[in-house]
Amino acid sequence: MRVARLLLAGLRFHFKSLTLSWFFILTSVFMPLVVATVSYYMFRAGGKPGTLFYASLGAAVYGIWSSTLFGSGGAIQWQRWQGTLEVIVSAPAPFILVVLPLTIATSSIGVYSLTSTLLWGRFAFGIPFYLEHPLAFVVAVPATILGLGLLGLLFASTFVLYRHANALSNMLEWPVLLVTGMLVPLSLLPGWSHPIAWLLAPTWGVRAIREAALGGTPWPDVGVTLALGAAYLALGALFLRYFEVAARKHATLSLT
Amino acid sequence: MTAFFRVFFVGGLIAYRALFNWIRPAVYIPTMLIGPLFQILFFAYLGRYSGLRNDAFFVVGNAVQSSAMSSVFAGTMAIANERQFQTLSPLLASPANRFALFMGRSLPVIVSGLFVSAWGFVMGRLLLDFHPPLASIPALALVTLVSVVSGTAFGLTIGSVGMRARDVFMSANIAYYIMWLLCGVNIPLDSLPSWLAQIGRLMPLTHGIAAAREVAAGASLGSASGLVWTEAGVAAAWGTLAFTLVHWFELEGRRRASLETY
Repeated sequence: MRVARLLLAGLRFHFKSLTLSWFFILTSVFMPLVVATVSYYMFRAGGKPGTLFYASLGAAVYGIWSSTLFGSGGAIQWQRWQGTLEVIVSAPAPFILVVLPLTIATSSIGVYSLTSTLLWGRFAFGIPFYLEHPLAFVVAVPATILGLGLLGLLFASTFVLYRHANALSNMLEWPVLLVTGMLVPLSLLPGWSHPIAWLLAPTWGVRAIREAALGGTPWPDVGVTLALGAAYLALGALFLRYFEVAARKHATLSLT
Repeated sequence: MTAFFRVFFVGGLIAYRALFNWIRPAVYIPTMLIGPLFQILFFAYLGRYSGLRNDAFFVVGNAVQSSAMSSVFAGTMAIANERQFQTLSPLLASPANRFALFMGRSLPVIVSGLFVSAWGFVMGRLLLDFHPPLASIPALALVTLVSVVSGTAFGLTIGSVGMRARDVFMSANIAYYIMWLLCGVNIPLDSLPSWLAQIGRLMPLTHGIAAAREVAAGASLGSASGLVWTEAGVAAAWGTLAFTLVHWFELEGRRRASLETY
């Protein structure tokens, strides 16, 4: 009960504070809109207007990914800058229960991205919004957000030891956007990149959302997204514990 | 005159080292090299999927535009961070020539931008279907240089706003993303609505990218000279605006005693 309360309070607090951050609104709303707009024009000019809804959904998941990535990169770094990392680590609550709501909150901010991108596509480009499997869509979206939030936890856990976590965030944005098939089908990418894609929740999350919206079998993809999320949680907990002890041992916890 | 050049060159380099947050290799490599590389790959593959243009179109567009990682962000930091780090007042209290003081910072930014663009071209050549003729490389380098200068002037303009605005880095981010859409980086201007294309023509890099595409396709520098001169004109306009804003915000900051207030 206390764990649930801590998680919920953390989630509510971080969601509200991130909503007030212009930077997060920029990454979760503006950036995906630009990427979506560029994609719309590229598909139109390239003679593939039928793929606009496909692009819209991909850009929306990109927004979730973008805010998760910046959030997980910043999760530890911001605490360092604010001088609160040691306080959090030394608190009786397990460190993971403090970090987890933050990374889930950053991916939840992606709801803004999903909404704004779909609305932008509908009203600015006249892309029809029709769901083949509405129930599956309603399940696939939170499952993707959860899967990405847990991937964010895995990233955040490894960032404890790294002082320039934000740089890693900057670096990872494009590769994951490319390799997970958010906007470019996996079949166009080299074969060696496919196993990497299969290990990343966004691959399955975007597939689940697309199959729910455009038609197909979204449920297995929802299942894989959640299963990968569980694996990220286990690994993240392990890494967080290990790296936290290492940082405390080497007295590098608060070094910026 | 010696003091002018000392402030311009030595002062510019020192300021760049002090104010550009991403200068450490641990930050520079992932942010300025690996990120832009995957940006090029992403748009090239998206281009293949959309059937819009070939790889060369996207390699040239994104390699030139990725210089904006330096020109926009480093250009912004080179001025705006003075205020963030609370060194703006002592700096402006000095009698140093303002042109040398602020424009000298653009040189390292330009060098870094050229390096990022060159990296993009080389990786595009190695990883994608981009094979410019060897003879085109000097002209391509010149066109890229003009484009980077133009982007840097634009970055300094955003940075100068940072002498007044509360959060200029958000503007820098917006400016960088908007370039993908408006500057002909990934979409030919004639595929955009005319009002967007018109804004794009006033932005830095737009004409430089168009010229670079012509040159990389084998055209002579002379045949692309109109575009290059237009880009140089755009650079001069943004540079003038940057310096005017720096001067204006300095006077306003002194008058209102608001140089370092937020």
